[in-house]
Amino acid sequence: MTVETIYAPDLATRYKLPIFLGRLPAGFPSPADDYLEGKLDITKHLVKHPAATFYVRVSGDSMIGAGIHSGDLLVVDRSLEAKSGNVIVAALDGELTVKRLYQKNGLLRLLPENPDYQPIEIKLQQSFEIWGVVTSVIHQL
Amino acid sequence: MSPASPPVFALVDCNNFYASCERVFNPRLNGQPVIVLSNNDGCVVARSNEAKQLGIGMGVPEFMVRDTIRAHRVQVFSSNYALYGDMSQRVMETLQQFCPDLEIYSIDEAFLSLSGFRSKNLSEYAGTIRSTVKCWTGLPVSIGIAETKTLSKIAGGIAKKTPGGVFDLLTCSDRDSVLNQTAASDVWGIGKARSQLLHQHGIHTALQLCHADEQFIRKHMGIVGLRLVMELRGISCLELEQCPPPKKGITCARSFGKAITQLHEMEEAVSNYVTRAAEKLRAEELAVTTLTVFLHTNQFKEVEQYSNSLTLKLPVATDTTHELITAALQGIRKIWRDGYAYKKAGVMFVGLVPASRVQADLFDGKDRTRSKKLMAALDSINERFGSGTLQYASSGIAKEWKATFNRRSPAFTTSWDELPVAR
Repeated sequence: MTVETIYAPDLATRYKLPIFLGRLPAGFPSPADDYLEGKLDITKHLVKHPAATFYVRVSGDSMIGAGIHSGDLLVVDRSLEAKSGNVIVAALDGELTVKRLYQKNGLLRLLPENPDYQPIEIKLQQSFEIWGVVTSVIHQL
Repeated sequence: MSPASPPVFALVDCNNFYASCERVFNPRLNGQPVIVLSNNDGCVVARSNEAKQLGIGMGVPEFMVRDTIRAHRVQVFSSNYALYGDMSQRVMETLQQFCPDLEIYSIDEAFLSLSGFRSKNLSEYAGTIRSTVKCWTGLPVSIGIAETKTLSKIAGGIAKKTPGGVFDLLTCSDRDSVLNQTAASDVWGIGKARSQLLHQHGIHTALQLCHADEQFIRKHMGIVGLRLVMELRGISCLELEQCPPPKKGITCARSFGKAITQLHEMEEAVSNYVTRAAEKLRAEELAVTTLTVFLHTNQFKEVEQYSNSLTLKLPVATDTTHELITAALQGIRKIWRDGYAYKKAGVMFVGLVPASRVQADLFDGKDRTRSKKLMAALDSINERFGSGTLQYASSGIAKEWKATFNRRSPAFTTSWDELPVAR
């Protein structure tokens, strides 16, 4: 495996820094003192709207083509407006389901990403609600 | 916000909060009658609108509505405080985005100060708040707006029955009819005793209370009552309480899942309650000088009745769990009588002082620094791995007396093992 991209650290965020990193009063100050940027917090990276973000467990393989496996953890942000093409969690006929949203010309479909599953056409008489937009998948290797 | 801008308050109230929380994670419950029961699955503490329409009352014991539950397939849940607490925090966080001046009044209610937003159309703003909370958390809320907190409570009650979920008393053309339709007993701060007194003097509605004679109110209800009447007249007397008042006492008391007849079980229960209360104490950086233990039998059952309590003064104020357990157990052994079936026990910590300002006792033989380190380690382990991970042996293992929650839904938002599942 080769490394394709190396990301530069994001220096826009400011963290509270300890005043002295090096030991006092004797000894040399650490040369890294002036460069300390705090630690990277994975939650901050994954969760942009904490009040509106929920974790949902996946069961089944209907979205395997989107890299979503059974047992994976979904980060679901309810504050985002779902757009056609987004992977969403929906409440369909009383069940939570994860699918890709397809919206065009008044047509509403939930698309699986697995040839073994059929697309779901949402009919008027069905109870349907977009529960949230999936922003990340956490997959344990 | 200029200091001269007249006050405006909004009361945001989550509709049928516990029942609505259950629905967010279990969409099958939409449109179904749902009720939530208190500890030990005793009484109804929340009802969906469908359950209210079936005539299931607030606070009624579950066994009294069992026939209705069966006939209408009412969905019944035990209280899931882990879930409700987390959802409440989410609602409050969402509200804070709209209005930094917020008073969390209860688990499902908050007052907002909208004085700085008078240039906006407040009804519209409240509508945006409402739809955002619904979108972000899945929970329906209703919002009442008025120039005093007391009036915003009344407006909130009407908002609940209004299709848009918002009611603005400031723009309401017929305020008198609103107050006339509100029972005096439903006014915020009017309890049972005051309501009876008002009744005797012919005051039945909020409107009558609003126009009541000031001398009469002052004489019978004191300055608090007078303030309440002023609030009804639109003169704001109660401000937003943003920081909770300092705690006067910490109580941990619970009913048992099954009655306790053995002293060792009672000791376990009391150890648990002390442990919990001591955690709260340390979280607030307080220490306690005096503690009260109490126990009683079930007053609602025809069994031999006994109740008692004992107050103990500690030599030195402390926040150390094992010192408090030792004292509480001494107390409970003193008031314990064999031959009774106990329903409830508890501990109360009173005489709270800041932990940093504990007076040292010359003859105090205890190593306080060591205790402090031990408690800090205990708290951090239990916070990290779940409460009760590390506990005192006196708290028992089996805990058969513990309150039962037979129909509790999963901790959908606070436990990795209980997350909602999507297919």
